[in-house]
Amino acid sequence: MERLDYEFAAGKPAAGRTVSGVVASGDLEVLLEPAGAGRTTVAVQTSVDGYGATWKALLERVFGAGDLPAARIEINDNGATPGVVRMRIEQAYEQAAMNGGTP
Amino acid sequence: MSIENLLKRDSFIERGARSRAQALLDPGTFRELAGPFERLHSPWLAMQRLVTQADDGVVVAKGRLAGQPTVVLAIEGAFQGGSMGEIGGAKIAGALEFAVRDNERGVPMQAVILFETGGVRLQEANLGLAAIAEIQSAIVALRRHRPVVGVSAGTVGCYGGMSIAAGLCSYFVMTREARLGLNGPQVIEQEAGVAEFDARQRSLIWGLTGGEQRTATHLADACVEDDTAQVRATVAALFERGVPTVHRSDRTADFLACLARVDTDTQATRDDVRRIYGQGLE
Repeated sequence: MERLDYEFAAGKPAAGRTVSGVVASGDLEVLLEPAGAGRTTVAVQTSVDGYGATWKALLERVFGAGDLPAARIEINDNGATPGVVRMRIEQAYEQAAMNGGTP
Repeated sequence: MSIENLLKRDSFIERGARSRAQALLDPGTFRELAGPFERLHSPWLAMQRLVTQADDGVVVAKGRLAGQPTVVLAIEGAFQGGSMGEIGGAKIAGALEFAVRDNERGVPMQAVILFETGGVRLQEANLGLAAIAEIQSAIVALRRHRPVVGVSAGTVGCYGGMSIAAGLCSYFVMTREARLGLNGPQVIEQEAGVAEFDARQRSLIWGLTGGEQRTATHLADACVEDDTAQVRATVAALFERGVPTVHRSDRTADFLACLARVDTDTQATRDDVRRIYGQGLE
């Protein structure tokens, strides 16, 4: 198990908090909470060691433009592929925007 | 089932624990307690270098079911096999104990437990076992006031100590895909040998422990389709029946009499078991 931390430029605070996904085999859980404008933090807990560079590249593709709402994001990953990670993050942003965040 | 029907249907099995709880409760009444943002992780999994889940695989949701105050306790089978650890177990036991207190104060709180579990979480050993014992006593305390309805939809099913908790429920609902048993097929094969039980024989496993069989042999009360509306309607109808005059777990003598009729020299088939359990349990 490995812990990784990243930080990105961001827009306005996210509309609400939400959770997407499950820590199932090949899946992950994304917890998204609003953060102060301009900055998104991503804390990753992953079952697979040694993939820091892959995580960095993937998260830069998602957050690199700096235009997503500012959030404090926690990822609990159980060996998801990059495609699944990206979809779960996008799902979380969509849920947060749609319902103002449940739960 | 045709492809069109497959695409149209609202599967209960495919829903995660949170989504199942939301689907059971009346629209707009779902309120989660001790949710993921409380970050009640398992402290023991992290010590063993295993990734934790923010709700420890248990969703506690309060709301209304067909207008009645209800708490739904949904186990997430995809996280660590739905295993019961210290935190997840305490969430279920605590919620049931609160429901008992509500009833003592005149609020007729009822509980639904969604069993999707292999039983105790081995990494948390005795703490998980203690939690399951607490869940069992809380079910017995609550069912004096209001029915406790258990559901196992699959695909994990319900095993280990939690199958005893299932046996204590006032009513138990299964789909054909779900299984209910004390020991899982692989455990039996590992401990007693492949001649005793072949864990690769799916027809044998479902024939003996699947939802259809368990309903036919009086260990479950309803076998439903994998359909959210049907699961919800069945649970609501069972609550409507009220507390049973005799609970399944009060009928141990009848079940033991059935077991005594089993011939252990030959492998029992699905039909043998139905015949044996067809006497004295109607």
